[in-house]
Amino acid sequence: MEQSVGAAPEEIFGLNKRAVLATDAPLVLDSGQRLGPITVAYETYGALNDDASNAILLCHALTGDQYAASDHPVTGKPGWWARFVGPGKFIDTDRYCVICPNVLGSCMGSTGPAEINPQTNQSFGLDFPVITIADMVRAQALLIDYLGIETLFSVIGGSMGGMQVLEWCALFPERVFSAAPIAATARHSAQNIAFHEVGRQAILADPNFHNGRYLDHDVKPEKGLSVARMAAHITYMSETGLTERFGRQLQDRDGVTFGFDADFQIESYLRHQGFSFVDRFDANAYLYITRAMDYFDIAARHEGNLAAAFQGLKARVCVLSFTSDWLYPTAESQHVVRALNATGARVSFMEIESADGHDAFLLDTPDMVRILDGFLTSAAQARGLGS
Amino acid sequence: MSLRADLKSIAQRIPEGARILDVGCGDGALMAWLEANKACDARGIELSRDGVNECLEKGLSVVQGDADMDLDNYPSDAFDVAVLSKTVQATRSPSAVLNNLLRIAPRAIVSFPNFGYWRVRLHLLLNGRMPVTETLPVSWHETPNIHLCTVHDFASLVDELGLSIAEVFEPGKDRPGAGPTLSWFNVRAREAVFDLKRRAGVVTSPNRG
Repeated sequence: MEQSVGAAPEEIFGLNKRAVLATDAPLVLDSGQRLGPITVAYETYGALNDDASNAILLCHALTGDQYAASDHPVTGKPGWWARFVGPGKFIDTDRYCVICPNVLGSCMGSTGPAEINPQTNQSFGLDFPVITIADMVRAQALLIDYLGIETLFSVIGGSMGGMQVLEWCALFPERVFSAAPIAATARHSAQNIAFHEVGRQAILADPNFHNGRYLDHDVKPEKGLSVARMAAHITYMSETGLTERFGRQLQDRDGVTFGFDADFQIESYLRHQGFSFVDRFDANAYLYITRAMDYFDIAARHEGNLAAAFQGLKARVCVLSFTSDWLYPTAESQHVVRALNATGARVSFMEIESADGHDAFLLDTPDMVRILDGFLTSAAQARGLGS
Repeated sequence: MSLRADLKSIAQRIPEGARILDVGCGDGALMAWLEANKACDARGIELSRDGVNECLEKGLSVVQGDADMDLDNYPSDAFDVAVLSKTVQATRSPSAVLNNLLRIAPRAIVSFPNFGYWRVRLHLLLNGRMPVTETLPVSWHETPNIHLCTVHDFASLVDELGLSIAEVFEPGKDRPGAGPTLSWFNVRAREAVFDLKRRAGVVTSPNRG
């Protein structure tokens, strides 16, 4: 499965691909630690054109993965953006070559805490170095080199994916022709960090955690990870959305039971979200990725001046937020837009009306589709990509 | 692509290849026309969600925002021409907005419904009620226009701000210019367009708040 540089193009594009990167020199992480060689697992959809000018990098969210438009190997469910990626869809795979990598530190094949540490021949566990969003993006840049792509036609992502998009604009402005950060932020707020800390503490408090070496004990900190997921899941929905969908409705019963069963539908729903999550996600990966998000603050590298981070950016940028998203509220996107305007960047921004909260970017939100379609179509024209 | 008459008379005054900021760009008709026909680099600001949506669907670079809040963030001299079409009367602080426009660009084209128009005057005189006309179609309690003015009012604000008037005209009219006097224009023009520039030697600074 593993490919080396110089492999024939058809072997490095397609489904279930893995690239071994940073083979000559290790990746130097923001922490100062070195990591390498690294593996990046990825999917591609659509063909790269002759001048490699039609590549779209899709960046996934915290618990997302590279299966943007292919069925998930564990759950069997369609990819997280399958409704938008494909022939004739707005991310048209007849026109664009879409690349979706699993982020560094995750658990679907890219180097992360669940993978084997070559130095110890055991899984990394908590020996895995703490990584940042910028480290994830640097690993993606190595993948893009490996695929023979100089400039990405577009970098698109929601939530943590949107943070990667912004980091691409800051770290590799010359390699980005257009960018769409959706429901994202340029810095994690105290509230964002607080929710993540609750999740991490739930994992760390699980007796099965075994200081991160749970795989050696053949167990998983399932309770802790599912509580983390439950708490996080609440932040992805809006109060209106929750009320509309669940209200105070009871779960398969006529009255409350005066106990601690899942009496309410919302409880049952959250428990299901938590339990099903542990089947597909690694607890250590959850710790590392939430940490990377908490450390995220692009302006910090520029004495708090976000505009300085985007200086010289030529890319067209389309920033989108959602009215009911209280995790990364519109004000955070406006903060990004103001910084981009101050640098004279070609930026568009819209707050889309939706009751679906933060998760609106994953759902069929018609205004989002129309706007991104218009944005990509006009960018494609400017890039000279035929229709 | 045909352009509304009032936008056309603005469009024809904008040079080829200019960098344009269209504040209150609506559905983006002027921006789209300028990009297609004059190779302009156009950016827009629009308050209404429907307007922004339409612009973005057309692939225009438009930010949802308003003239009072968002102009401060644009760097000085980032554009060649700033356009404020039928918006100044709806801003909280027209003077701050005008100062900002002529900081962002050396030239600003500003249009507004003229409250000195003879029909408006007659309407108020005869009916004793706030005028509802073609250019002022909304009744007093629903209108977003909180700072209506006449041609004279606007001209004196321009003077106060140390800006100068390059041209005054009524959009869509064959005869360019304001006619013999500004007073006559103030009676005759339903809508007025001021082509403004910085006065030599006067430096505008960004104003906050």
